[in-house]
Amino acid sequence: MKYIDYVQLNPFQKFGYNFKQFFVKLPGNLKKFFCLIGRFFKRIGMGIGKGVANYFTRFVKGDWATKLSYLIMGFGNAAKGQVIKGLLFLLTEVAYIAYIVLFGWKYLSKFNTLGTVESGFGVNPETGRPMTINGDNSMLILLYGILTIVITVIFFVIYIASTKSAYKAQQTVAAGKKPEKFSSELKNLLDNRFHVTLLAFPTLTISVFTILPMIFMILIAFTNYNYQHMAPGKLFTWVGFGTFSEIFKVTGGAASKSATFIELTKWTIIWAIFATVLNYIFGMIIALMINKKGIKLKSLWRTLFVVTIAVPQFVSLLLMNQMLQSYGAINVLLKELGIIQNPILFLNSTPLVARLTVIIINCWVGIPYTILITSGILMNIPADLYESATIDGAGPVKSFFKITLPYMLFVTTPYLITSFIGNINNFNVIYLLTDGAPYSENFYQAGYTDLLVTWLFKLTMTTQDYNLAAAVGILVFIVCATLSLITFNLTKSAKNEEEFS
Amino acid sequence: MIKSYKFRRSLSNGIIYVLLAVLGLIWISPLVYLVLHSFRDEGLQSVSYLLPKTYSFKNYIELFTETGSLNFPRWFMNTLIVAIFSCIISTLAVLMVSYSFSRLRFKARKPLINVGMILGMFPGFMTMIAIYYLLKAMGLTQTLVALVICYSAGAGLGYQISKGFFDTIPRALDEAATIDGATRNQIFWKIILPMSKPIVVYTVLTSFLGPWTDFILAKIIMGDSIKNYTVAIGLKKMIEADFIATHYKRFLAGSVIVAVPITILFLRMQKFYVEGVTAGGVKG
Repeated sequence: MKYIDYVQLNPFQKFGYNFKQFFVKLPGNLKKFFCLIGRFFKRIGMGIGKGVANYFTRFVKGDWATKLSYLIMGFGNAAKGQVIKGLLFLLTEVAYIAYIVLFGWKYLSKFNTLGTVESGFGVNPETGRPMTINGDNSMLILLYGILTIVITVIFFVIYIASTKSAYKAQQTVAAGKKPEKFSSELKNLLDNRFHVTLLAFPTLTISVFTILPMIFMILIAFTNYNYQHMAPGKLFTWVGFGTFSEIFKVTGGAASKSATFIELTKWTIIWAIFATVLNYIFGMIIALMINKKGIKLKSLWRTLFVVTIAVPQFVSLLLMNQMLQSYGAINVLLKELGIIQNPILFLNSTPLVARLTVIIINCWVGIPYTILITSGILMNIPADLYESATIDGAGPVKSFFKITLPYMLFVTTPYLITSFIGNINNFNVIYLLTDGAPYSENFYQAGYTDLLVTWLFKLTMTTQDYNLAAAVGILVFIVCATLSLITFNLTKSAKNEEEFS
Repeated sequence: MIKSYKFRRSLSNGIIYVLLAVLGLIWISPLVYLVLHSFRDEGLQSVSYLLPKTYSFKNYIELFTETGSLNFPRWFMNTLIVAIFSCIISTLAVLMVSYSFSRLRFKARKPLINVGMILGMFPGFMTMIAIYYLLKAMGLTQTLVALVICYSAGAGLGYQISKGFFDTIPRALDEAATIDGATRNQIFWKIILPMSKPIVVYTVLTSFLGPWTDFILAKIIMGDSIKNYTVAIGLKKMIEADFIATHYKRFLAGSVIVAVPITILFLRMQKFYVEGVTAGGVKG
């Protein structure tokens, strides 16, 4: 369709056209998305190549002081009069070497085996007497090994920066100017290079407390670190993809890890679909009722629902847990109404009842979120769409499915995918409500309502199958990250479409 | 004809009022139950009727005076201290990161934004066990310092909402200030921050509320060191099998004490919350 045709359409047709195009373009967009990833890696590779080339060019073109600063950091700067800067570079180098010699190398050298000497009792070879052997601690070797690698990468960046700085100082002097003073460089940190000042602290904390643990967890999945190989007493070592093949093994038997993984994955997907779709549809219907023309006290109704979000989730879920017990308020209510004679065991009788209960309770938790999010968007649907639909004889149900739902789906797809991911990782609801109950002999350390994430938690906390937990974590992460990258890409393309219209 | 239309409309509105009232009752009744029974005087654990028969402040008083095995006032102070410190650190981190991503232009900006987004997708508590050992190596486990570190270390990754806000401030202001000779540092403190009061308030409040509502992280770090618990894990402890008989009503009272201020704060901030959810992740 040409642009001139497009602008002549009425809003509804425009919307229909966009909606169709969204799905028509979906395969193309996905392809574009993967091309983008490919190009990204290509660019990184090119960047590294160029950096290496520059590194050597600078060395060839540099004078003796610059060349020496490739070995002794900061020498070039000091020789050109930037003494403080040179000293700082030198200090970094000395500190790094001291760190490696005194601490880092001890762990890094054992990184490929994760330790060979087991702690325990042995015989002293010289005296022949029994003695305790302080063996290797595989866990610490792994942790500090990664720390050393991260520090090395940071040092390498500083090293490259120091060679650059030396060469720059040489060029400034060659051009007949004075090299920049240290005080003016400090001033620069508050102006032109303000981003360095601002980002230094957050980057440091994120590297140590987010990235480092992440690498650690990913690497754990490739070891056999479990209750049979508990550090510090026992050693663990690299096993490659052994843990993953254990998860995907076909002939697993009843209570095996692979059977549990498959069952829990099924339940997690069912749970995520039901939790997301039910919350979305019912939340939207309630929001529509609240926002209907002629309904008074809108803010009162909204607050009634929104209050449940405001109460901390652990409070409302623990309360729900108590209310659903056999002696709890819900059974009391049902008995007083004369519906039941004996209390219903909501949370730990049969798998079906427990699963239905958690899905329904999750509606109670989740629907207010949908009401809050969609209210604003619902108001933006052009009123004439509904009016013309009513004139054409459409009832409220029909106009909901023909107008509201398609429109909302189009606008809130990203939100829908985000909440789907949120439900896959919905730790709180399951953990605080049922803790996985009812338990089963058929599962390895899990119950019928356990999601993959709560299983992962139990594997780390109760049974100490760290490698298995890490592998499950990686699999969940891959699914979630793919979904969110697709969402991100879709919203981006949707934004571009808006520019067009 | 017109009359019947009016009739139909008021009929449908009437049905909607009834539906809303019933649904609203379902949603609000657990909370009403919580508040009413926190004042219940009689009985120990659960009772076989819905409304309490006698009311008193006994549960609240006991919660703060009987601090033998489970010390609620101490947990409350713990949480308050952790909340204050992590609030200061994470607010600074968030504002610094979002300001540099929004207003400053440097070579690594785009890659860093993307890395931040991907890191944000990793479910946080999967790394918990590694963080636990890291803190153990530093000798910090079961301390409040560890909690402050955990809550505020990754805060910089939550930059999207305030970046979105900074993006809406016209760049002409920065340019005018630069011409007048202001440095980027001065622009940040003297121009952008005073103009961003709403988002600063939002960031402060969300990071202050985090420790009050977080459950899982505190549980892993504190383990069995009951005196250093925060209110969330403390309240969970109260309804474990060993304590529930004596502490059930105090659990309800403690929940009310924690929930009321948070509820009030949230209701005042819900506008920001909506903006954050609908805008988060979209801006790149």
